[in-house]
Amino acid sequence: MSTSPADSGMLDQRELDLVNQQNKAFMNPTPSDSGMLDQRRLDVGRKQHFQDFLFHKLTMSFSLIVLVSLIGIIASLAVVAWPALQKFGVGFIWRIEWDIVNEEFGAAIAIFGTLASATIAILIAMPLSFGIALFLTETCPAWLRRPLGTAIELLAAVPSIIYGMFGLFVFAPLFAEYGQPALQSTLGQMPLIGPLFGGAMNGIGILAAGLILAFMILPFIAAVMRDVFEIVPSILRESAYGLGCTTWEVVRHIVLPYTQQGVIGGVMLGLGRALGETMAVTFVIGNSQRISASLFSPGSSIASTLANEFGEAADMHLSTLFALGLLLFVITFFVLAGAKILIIRTERAKGAKT
Amino acid sequence: MTEPQQQPAKTAIQIRNLNFYYGKFQGLKNINLDIVEHMVTAFIGPSGCGKSTLLRALNRMYSLYPGQRAEGEINFYGQNILAPEQDLNLLRARIGMVFQKPTPFPMSIYDNIAFGVRLYENLSKGEMDERVEWALTKTALWNEAKDKLNQSGLALSGGQQQRLCIARSVAVKPSVILLDEPTSALDPISTAKIEELVHELKSEYTVAIVTHNMQQAARVSDFTAYMYIGEMVEYGKTDQLFIKPQKQETEDYITGRFG
Amino acid sequence: MNQNIYRKRVFTNRIGLTLSMLAMAMGLFVLLWIMFILFKNGFQALDYNLFFKSTPAPGSAGGGLANAIVGSLMLVGFATLISTPIGILAGIYLAEYGDHSKTAEVTRFMTDIMLSAPSIVLGLFVYAIMVAQFKHFSGWAGTVALSLIAIPVVLRTTENMLRLVPGSLREAAFALGAPRWKVATMVTLRAAKSGVVTGLLLALARISGETAPLLFTALNNQFFSLDMNAPMSNLPVVIFQFALSPYEDWVRLAWGGALLITLTVLVLNILARVFFRDKISA
Repeated sequence: MSTSPADSGMLDQRELDLVNQQNKAFMNPTPSDSGMLDQRRLDVGRKQHFQDFLFHKLTMSFSLIVLVSLIGIIASLAVVAWPALQKFGVGFIWRIEWDIVNEEFGAAIAIFGTLASATIAILIAMPLSFGIALFLTETCPAWLRRPLGTAIELLAAVPSIIYGMFGLFVFAPLFAEYGQPALQSTLGQMPLIGPLFGGAMNGIGILAAGLILAFMILPFIAAVMRDVFEIVPSILRESAYGLGCTTWEVVRHIVLPYTQQGVIGGVMLGLGRALGETMAVTFVIGNSQRISASLFSPGSSIASTLANEFGEAADMHLSTLFALGLLLFVITFFVLAGAKILIIRTERAKGAKT
Repeated sequence: MTEPQQQPAKTAIQIRNLNFYYGKFQGLKNINLDIVEHMVTAFIGPSGCGKSTLLRALNRMYSLYPGQRAEGEINFYGQNILAPEQDLNLLRARIGMVFQKPTPFPMSIYDNIAFGVRLYENLSKGEMDERVEWALTKTALWNEAKDKLNQSGLALSGGQQQRLCIARSVAVKPSVILLDEPTSALDPISTAKIEELVHELKSEYTVAIVTHNMQQAARVSDFTAYMYIGEMVEYGKTDQLFIKPQKQETEDYITGRFG
Repeated sequence: MNQNIYRKRVFTNRIGLTLSMLAMAMGLFVLLWIMFILFKNGFQALDYNLFFKSTPAPGSAGGGLANAIVGSLMLVGFATLISTPIGILAGIYLAEYGDHSKTAEVTRFMTDIMLSAPSIVLGLFVYAIMVAQFKHFSGWAGTVALSLIAIPVVLRTTENMLRLVPGSLREAAFALGAPRWKVATMVTLRAAKSGVVTGLLLALARISGETAPLLFTALNNQFFSLDMNAPMSNLPVVIFQFALSPYEDWVRLAWGGALLITLTVLVLNILARVFFRDKISA
């Protein structure tokens, strides 16, 4: 601007007088605004500041409860687990022994069972939840999206113990009669992986636990995948369709690469769930402190060991169980943290690009 | 005819060398302006000119957002409200604001109005009833709303909601009312009612209104400020500014030759 | 040649989409299968005795789940009473104060982890800080464990719902001179009410079926008891013990309890969604 804005902004006296004359009617002799300095108001204001301060600190301390309990979990578990950790040292992780009478313990059996059942669950749940997310975002008719999405979410709401009962009483007998023989006569005959499907077929065991777990974690993975699939800018999708791509190709070459991190995050979230799942696994894993080459054979996971043995445990046994719990918490913590970071990153990318 | 006592026009808000920043971006550049008591001052200009920014500086609404800051002075009856020790709640109770879109609170019509009053005053039930009626009457809403005071504010039409929001501001008896494009989301009839209301309000309140409707500024205001890209281009009496603008830019904008 | 490539692509597409539909069908099938089994095995157990008689002694016939139902109601009820104010106030903090605070960011992150953390570990934690200290299992310990599970759910839903409240509403309240705490509690929280209720219902559903942490805290009680300082019977643990027992009657009761719990949880979930839909359309 050519002239200083100051000139145009301030009214000179002449203008003010003019205003005055024209607006006599409105010129009630009001005192200048003193409301702000009114003592009563100042008091109220001061009181409000104090209340605001209290409210701030109160809500903050409540939100810190989560942090405190997190630290409390690690600390208290470590304290109770200390005798066991001291006695067995780092070797605790790969020791195979589980001798309650002589108080010789190792975590390897439970860790193996936990990892094996969780891996099986992921291997099965990953393609299934991808299919479900794909169906819900790409092919599902709009009016079915909500009810079907809700149905899948309800699968996550069914309590873990129900999955356990279902697995033990319904799934295991069927699996022993039809599933396991079929697997043994096909995959069981193949070199290398054959032994995984050998041994007695009674329906329960690590494989059965993995299968049940798969359906428990499936809704969590599917939900994340669906959310990140919806982040893909429609312009990307449309331009691929514009080139004549099929739905499958769009998903395979546009949607999946674009949401890769989020998808991995979702899978890790499922993994975190699978690792710590207790009741369902306890019902179907067989609860045996042995390691066997066959996935048909019973085993135990960290969580199932805790659920089964806690009632009778004392002294070193109890301390060991706490050490197992600590181990489980630390493992799931890192898996879940990784999952969360990947998912946040995907969602941020969306923020940056739209 | 007895001549009333000659009162000098008082300046309610005095803005001096105001600069405003959104992080590194400067939203207002060296603004100087006097807002006269019991007058309607309109701010016009193209989108992004900083008129809303200026309004939001007057009740320090920007202080809710870290990263936004103002430099310079805004004197409200002599008190610099940009001073760090300024109590923002008290300030906002003195300088009310009405927004672009109606924002009724999720409570009854009665409580919408009582909410602000209760903050600073301890009124008896009777006094509060009176205050609510007074505020609704002032905003010409009483007849429409008196039978549904206990209904949700959301049950009113858009124009009524906006008048409810004005009533809510009026009820706490501020000395200044800021209106940020109060009619941009409303139909012409509701707009006309609000404009009429603005005219009424200035008998008791100082009013500052942001609008991108020039006719509206011409209709309702006593003073008009034309702003462009964060600068105050021209400020003066509304009649003069619209009939005989001093600056070429102002004339271009008013006559529609702009952009 | 070109035709062939195209045909192959269309074929791949059809295979892929069919498989995805099958995956969906499989998910639905499992849900329906579980529900079918629950009704088939549990419905016959739902009788007068189930609600009005306590759990039977080992080997004896008859009995019901009255003590477990009441115990569960008490545990879940108290846990809701504890976790609701904590979760909501903490959610308010993250939504209203937490935008530029490192503490809030860390809290948010850790809360998300706690949402999926193994509940059995929370049971161990409460065992260590309460049961081991007072030398006995108790209803209160169970309540604390359930609260720790519920708080993150309430907290994060509350925060998310408060963030959906338009900023203009917040500004309008501030513009009247309202202090922050009144803006948060009387305006934004009110506007987000149905969303917050959704969070509460989801938390309620989540803890209603929790079993693992109760094994180490509330344990079980064969008798009817309202004493929160003593071991307390509850549906999930009773189901766990009875389902794995050799007595036919007990297994039957376990199915009855399982149906009861699942129906409660599913109804709560569906209610939560109904509330949330209202919120979206409003």
